[in-house]
Amino acid sequence: MKVIEATGANFEQEVLKSDKPVLVDFNAEWCGPCRMMKPVLDQLAADRGDIKVVSVNIDDEDELAEEYGISSIPCLVVFRDGAETARNIGFVPREAVEALIGD
Amino acid sequence: MYDIIIIGAGPAGMTAAIYARRASKSVLVLEAKSYGGQIVSTPDIENYPAEPHISGFDFATRLYEQATALGAEFRFEKAVEIRVEGKVRTVVTARGSYEAGALIIATGSECRRLGLPNEDELVGRGVSYCATCDGAFFKKKTVAVVGGGNTALEDALYLADLAETVYLIHRRDEFRGEDATVAKLKERENVRFVFNSTVTALKAEKKLTAIEVTNKSGEVTELEVNGLFVAVGRIPENRNFASLISLDEAGYAKASENCRTDTPGVFVAGDNRTKEVRQLVTAAADGATAATEAVKYLASL
Ligand SMILES: Cc1cc2nc3c(=O)[nH]c(=O)nc-3n(C[C@H](O)[C@H](O)[C@H](O)COP(=O)(O)OP(=O)(O)OC[C@H]3O[C@@H](n4cnc5c(N)ncnc54)[C@H](O)[C@@H]3O)c2cc1C
Repeated sequence: MKVIEATGANFEQEVLKSDKPVLVDFNAEWCGPCRMMKPVLDQLAADRGDIKVVSVNIDDEDELAEEYGISSIPCLVVFRDGAETARNIGFVPREAVEALIGD
Repeated sequence: MYDIIIIGAGPAGMTAAIYARRASKSVLVLEAKSYGGQIVSTPDIENYPAEPHISGFDFATRLYEQATALGAEFRFEKAVEIRVEGKVRTVVTARGSYEAGALIIATGSECRRLGLPNEDELVGRGVSYCATCDGAFFKKKTVAVVGGGNTALEDALYLADLAETVYLIHRRDEFRGEDATVAKLKERENVRFVFNSTVTALKAEKKLTAIEVTNKSGEVTELEVNGLFVAVGRIPENRNFASLISLDEAGYAKASENCRTDTPGVFVAGDNRTKEVRQLVTAAADGATAATEAVKYLASL
């Protein structure tokens, strides 16, 4: 699968109501480490059908960023059944992202 | 077994990789986080020779691509220990261990923390060490900057353009940073100076809500803030290697311009070394020197 762009309008549908675990990447164009994270997440989304990878641009979606208490990016948040289960701030290599998602 | 293992993929480590590969040595670079080091989050670099303007991300990515194109291997693992046995130098990471003839330690430095109990868990929930990275989350909000050097002053000035109010908290009554920046800050109506004071507690409900500030006479005040930017200096990342390299009081690896340490075949390069100027160009210079010295060392065996 590809990384899905989420907005305030589809966040509930794509993330909170998803039956697969969702990895949400809060990011921005101007953020260097976020741009390093992108290829890692693109590859992860392509390889793993059992999860969903969602990107939220915090400049366009400042309300979502506020709602989830994001104050530093890149910030990866894992949701399962609509609830947050893990969070990481800063660039991390693929293995660490997979560890964050869990089994 | 590699010819040379480099610990740290910052500007010093990646430059060392370029020089070592061009000398036809096999090279492994171990990196704990992302390639690029400290510079990755900086929007503008304007003092690198022949490069009037480049972002930290582009600088780091070009350096990384240059090193990988020359055949340097990168692994994203943190080095936790180094060992020396005869001619073999071993680097232990969380996932395994790697051997080489020579080592270059180019681990740079990291931001000093305040050392408050709940500080780590509030990083990304109001506590930050990088104003240019995280300032955007505090538009029209109240923030505090703690520190008295140039980084703290520049952070306060940057945040003054975004935030509604900026408290600048400093443990003395005079700044170490440049007078010109202090003068600019004094002109800003939304900057409040809090002198002779330290941050002694962080109050939070899921995210940071207030900080407790204690002044020299022991008076405690609480400031409601949405964000706290910590700019109290950097500390060199040499702790894991202290058994084999000697450090000065501040923790920098003692080495002269030749980048040699007390242990033959173990070199240091970049911001974690004792030196006067810690910049990209001096980090790159160290990388070149350390790699050249390592190649000479291998040839002498
Ligand atoms: C905000 C900011 C702005 C700056 N702007 C400029 C500028 O405009 N111009 C300029 O010339 N300089 C600038 N600098 C300074 C410059 O970034 C540094 O001098 C330079 O990055 C030092 O390079 P380095 O390779 O020695 O260390 P670092 O950049 O610190 O890189 C060290 C690397 O080693 C890794 N590492 C640490 N420990 C381990 C371990 N145990 N195992 C594996 N990896 C490890 C780290 O994760 C890091 O990637 C700036 C610095 C900052 C913080």
